[in-house]
Amino acid sequence: MRAAVTHTWFMVGRQARNLMREPIWVVLLLVQPMIWLLLYGQLFKRVTNLPGGGFGTTSYITFLTPAIVIMNAFFGATWSGMGMVSDLDRDVIPRFLATPVSRASLVVSQIVRSALTALIQGVVLLVIGLALGVHIHLGAAGWALVLLAAALMNSAFAGISQGLALLTRKEATMIAIANFIGLPLFFLSSTLISLTQMPHWMQVAARFNPVNWGVVAAREVTLPGTDWGSVGLHLGLLAGLTVMTAAFATWTFQVYQRQL
Amino acid sequence: MDAIVAEGLEKRYGDVQALAGVSFRVRAGEVFALLGPNGAGKSTTVKVLTTLTRFDGGRGEVAGHDVRREPDAVRRSIGYVPQSSGVDRDATARENLILQGRIQGLGGEQLKARVDELLELLGIAGPADRVVRGYSGGMKRRLDVALGLVHRPQVLFLDEPTTGLDPEARASMWEELGSLAHRESLTILLTTHYLEEADQLADRLAIVSRGRVVVEGTSEDLKQSLEGEVVEVEIANGAVEDAAAIVRALDEVREVTLSGRRLRSRVVDGARAVPTILAALDGRGVAVEAVTMQRPTLDNVYLHYTGREFSAEDEAGAEAGVQE
Repeated sequence: MRAAVTHTWFMVGRQARNLMREPIWVVLLLVQPMIWLLLYGQLFKRVTNLPGGGFGTTSYITFLTPAIVIMNAFFGATWSGMGMVSDLDRDVIPRFLATPVSRASLVVSQIVRSALTALIQGVVLLVIGLALGVHIHLGAAGWALVLLAAALMNSAFAGISQGLALLTRKEATMIAIANFIGLPLFFLSSTLISLTQMPHWMQVAARFNPVNWGVVAAREVTLPGTDWGSVGLHLGLLAGLTVMTAAFATWTFQVYQRQL
Repeated sequence: MDAIVAEGLEKRYGDVQALAGVSFRVRAGEVFALLGPNGAGKSTTVKVLTTLTRFDGGRGEVAGHDVRREPDAVRRSIGYVPQSSGVDRDATARENLILQGRIQGLGGEQLKARVDELLELLGIAGPADRVVRGYSGGMKRRLDVALGLVHRPQVLFLDEPTTGLDPEARASMWEELGSLAHRESLTILLTTHYLEEADQLADRLAIVSRGRVVVEGTSEDLKQSLEGEVVEVEIANGAVEDAAAIVRALDEVREVTLSGRRLRSRVVDGARAVPTILAALDGRGVAVEAVTMQRPTLDNVYLHYTGREFSAEDEAGAEAGVQE
């Protein structure tokens, strides 16, 4: 167990160092979420005035900011398997397998790296939100819970992405799958608009959409009148999903090893 | 003591029987080559012995540890240089080596010193802090070897160490591997489909064909086991296939192989066979450009023990894309 933790740390360090060498990647990592926030914030500014409401606030940017943190974590996760594909492609993984390295660390480190990236972006978004006048009702605890929801959101889907990377081992397939699940799950959530404003069938679908679980939890701690039952339920669902997808990723790694 | 024991290793991939009972022993401190064409099962043997792949039958032992029962002990005792480089191309050579060392449980000043030593030994100290992406093939291969050596393993597995290198880089790699084996008192198991590589580097070798070891010994012993000489005749005109048939029919000739217009025959007594061969060819109107006589090579050894020609097998294996 100690080896698994240390080795995960080594492997996260390796990935982080390599990514930091790509200046464009680092800049986009920070700029991309801002663009989402500013673009959507402007585009949908007036929707809070819609009859029927359901936004819980008159400030659209306050409604939007926690959801964008989640959306960003989700999109990041759908791409996280690309790192694994390139490691498999370049035979980095077999080289490690001939050493006593913790097998789990090879997969878990990819998920941890992905979640850390989402957390950094989450902090950037919350700081910009603050500058735009977003008031997080629960203060520091609210920040922490939004970020926790983002980390769980990311890990849950990073597990799936790692699993798919190990099963398909092809970049083109990974890109197709990420596009296929990314946008539909995003639009089937209350990220941009309140559930009340959505057609009935979409409201029902959103209830089963993990992206919406994250959005609901993050928004509940941002807006006044936090429903702790809902926060607990949705964070719990995300945690459960994370455990399941991590198990799936571990299983696909064993499948991969059997094929060597 | 034996550093590596392979006993009846069996492995199948779907319908393909990659290993059909591979057995050999490598003594401690020895450089041992598995020689065979593409698809013979050399790499699969290495994958079994380095614990990378599960196997269906037989027993493997490396540095005194059972491959099946004590995989982690095996992994600590070995270095593995895979056929296709496993370096992290976005990191520097030094970063690659430090990480490899940490995984093997090293750290601190000791690891730093070891990394410096290896960079120096393999002649990549200069570019050590540059990202590997820009390295030449030869430099990258040296880094692969260094990665296998960080933790001072007892046994080093080299899977096709010089495939893809130009002749110059290959020659200098051979030289370095030879001196490393001595300096680090290593046991080396290397696989190769270059006959001259096995000839040059290995104390002993085993010829692998279609998932089995067909013969094992020193290069000298194997060549001497084929008594006699090899007569090479270069055909000037006419159908070489016909010429081969003519020579094959002679009593003095044992095995005939053909490469381009060159006809090689293994004979018991060269001095007596040459006139007979030339007369037979002349009698059927085949003109001869040149004649040479030489001692048997590993090529002849391969043909003798497998009944097949090395180069033809090699191409067939490469074309079939047999997974190794």
